[in-house]
Amino acid sequence: MTFLAKRYSVLPGFGVSLGYAIFWLGLIVLLPLAALILKSSELGWGPFWETVSAPRVVASLQLSFGTAALAALINCVMGFLVAWVLVRYRFPGKRFVDALVDLPFALPTAVAGIALTTIYAPNGWLGQYLEPLGLKVAFTPTGIVIALIFVSLPFVVRTVQPVLEDLEGELEEAATCLGADRWQIFRRVIFPATLPALMTGSAMAFARATGEFGSVIFIAGNIPLVSEIAPLIIISKLEQYDYLGATAVAVVMLMLSFSVLFAINLLQWWTSRRHGMK
Amino acid sequence: MSIEIRNIEKRFGNFTALDNVSLKVESGELLALLGPSGCGKTTLLRIIAGLEQPDAGQVLFSGADTTHTHVSERQVGFVFQHYALFRHMTVFDNVAFGLSVRPRKLRPSREEIRERVMKLLKMVQLDWLADAYPAQLSGGQRQRIALARSLAVEPSVLLLDEPFGALDAKVRKDLRRWLRDLHHQMHITSVFVTHDQEEALEVSDRVVVMDHGHIEQIGRPDDIYENPATPFVTRFLGDVNLFHGRVDGGHFTHGNFAHALDDGAQAASDSAVAYVRPHDLDISRLAGGALATGSIEHIHAVGPLVRIEVAPDSGDAIEVALSKDRYRELGLMLGDKVFVTPKKLSVFVGAQDYAI
Repeated sequence: MTFLAKRYSVLPGFGVSLGYAIFWLGLIVLLPLAALILKSSELGWGPFWETVSAPRVVASLQLSFGTAALAALINCVMGFLVAWVLVRYRFPGKRFVDALVDLPFALPTAVAGIALTTIYAPNGWLGQYLEPLGLKVAFTPTGIVIALIFVSLPFVVRTVQPVLEDLEGELEEAATCLGADRWQIFRRVIFPATLPALMTGSAMAFARATGEFGSVIFIAGNIPLVSEIAPLIIISKLEQYDYLGATAVAVVMLMLSFSVLFAINLLQWWTSRRHGMK
Repeated sequence: MSIEIRNIEKRFGNFTALDNVSLKVESGELLALLGPSGCGKTTLLRIIAGLEQPDAGQVLFSGADTTHTHVSERQVGFVFQHYALFRHMTVFDNVAFGLSVRPRKLRPSREEIRERVMKLLKMVQLDWLADAYPAQLSGGQRQRIALARSLAVEPSVLLLDEPFGALDAKVRKDLRRWLRDLHHQMHITSVFVTHDQEEALEVSDRVVVMDHGHIEQIGRPDDIYENPATPFVTRFLGDVNLFHGRVDGGHFTHGNFAHALDDGAQAASDSAVAYVRPHDLDISRLAGGALATGSIEHIHAVGPLVRIEVAPDSGDAIEVALSKDRYRELGLMLGDKVFVTPKKLSVFVGAQDYAI
């Protein structure tokens, strides 16, 4: 039973702290999830399937996961760029910009939603110029993607930043001495070293974006089959006292989120193995 | 390929790292840059590599000015103290890196790269680790891989920045010897930086001793050790006893003792310092030819030499290293009153005390 074998440690309290940690995780995370699945099982398989395969529900799930994936992908690129600039260059106001990155963490999402709607609405600051160009942002999936990019940006920046900071300058010097040009150094030395962090950050950004509600509902316009996100379906079902229907949709969201996270974790495990860290 | 350094100056803010340094490295030689930390030796190495630009002066490779040639075009192999291996690549890919980043036209074929990398890995005796990642290697193995990686591009100059600085004593000694043998096989012009005088004296063909941004002495290891040019070099190369005194009429006078100097032409001076290494001192019961007297305070008899500390009436304790035979012959005991006789001494006139 090496699995449970207690290792000697100078710090006491392994048993107590492990027990408490598991109890806490169970109470905060697993219990609600279990209740959710239990509740939805009251529905029975037939009605469950009927609820979740309704066109409005399917469309909303597609929208939620599609926009979240797109936002995570865009943040993967732009977040890396922001982290790169913050680590690599010195410029006036750098600390201010650095602090700005955390704003989406701190800002109530509803405030972000209202602010974004004000900007991108057809008569808003930017919206009024985009409208004549045929670009509708507010009340379309595009608007949702923008809101999701906003709320999930810090996840990528804050996971990639420390890894870039820790990257020794000597690695680049070594590569230069070996005759590599700048692009080769980036592509073959710097980028692969930050890839695991970038994937972690993007996964967190994606997870955050799928569940986002507050900032999205204002800018989305919530048009059924077009810009109605899955969390909103759940809310509207709850408002109609359709608790079982709401939990059914919630369970599907849970399953999808879980499988996506699982896939990303597998990918991470594979890259870190490749890096010889395990 | 020979390297010539002409009047190099380098400043970092107010700090002068290199002050008008000139040096010639002969083709195929293994040269050590030796000095305490902050003496500018690493800066000089980085300027030779092109990783740092000098404020003034020139670097010439085989007579051609390369001062403004980019690092990637200088064909230098550079080995870092902390290895700087690419963590996400296998040992094989690390060594192959230099070849694989070449433009398509100049890049060897896959098979050729494979062959060359395996040959280098065999040379550093690590071919069995080709598929391992750097994280799985020991420090000594990593440094050998780093060396193989820098040699893969067939550099015309090999530069090593404290290559064994992060390794423990035993591995250091093995790698030192191994580097010297490797250099004998390849005859590539090599410069390595170290603060360890033993390492510099053992490995290199010539040693450059540096301090405070300038060169103190250049010479063969035995020459530098036997005839140090300055008090700094004397003190830096090993333990040494100091005797303050005067020089006049071909004699060095320390307290009540006078010692005839071989070099009678020494200018007379009221402040002179004689430097004597512990193994250049002998102990005697008689006053003839002595430089100091005192009582034996400590005897350390472990190892091939017996280390004896003699406490003079005034001043620091004098350290003497005697052979076991001589020690037995004298029958020394703690507290004995003895005389200390120099077999060889270096006298520097008007020299201030150098702190290292």
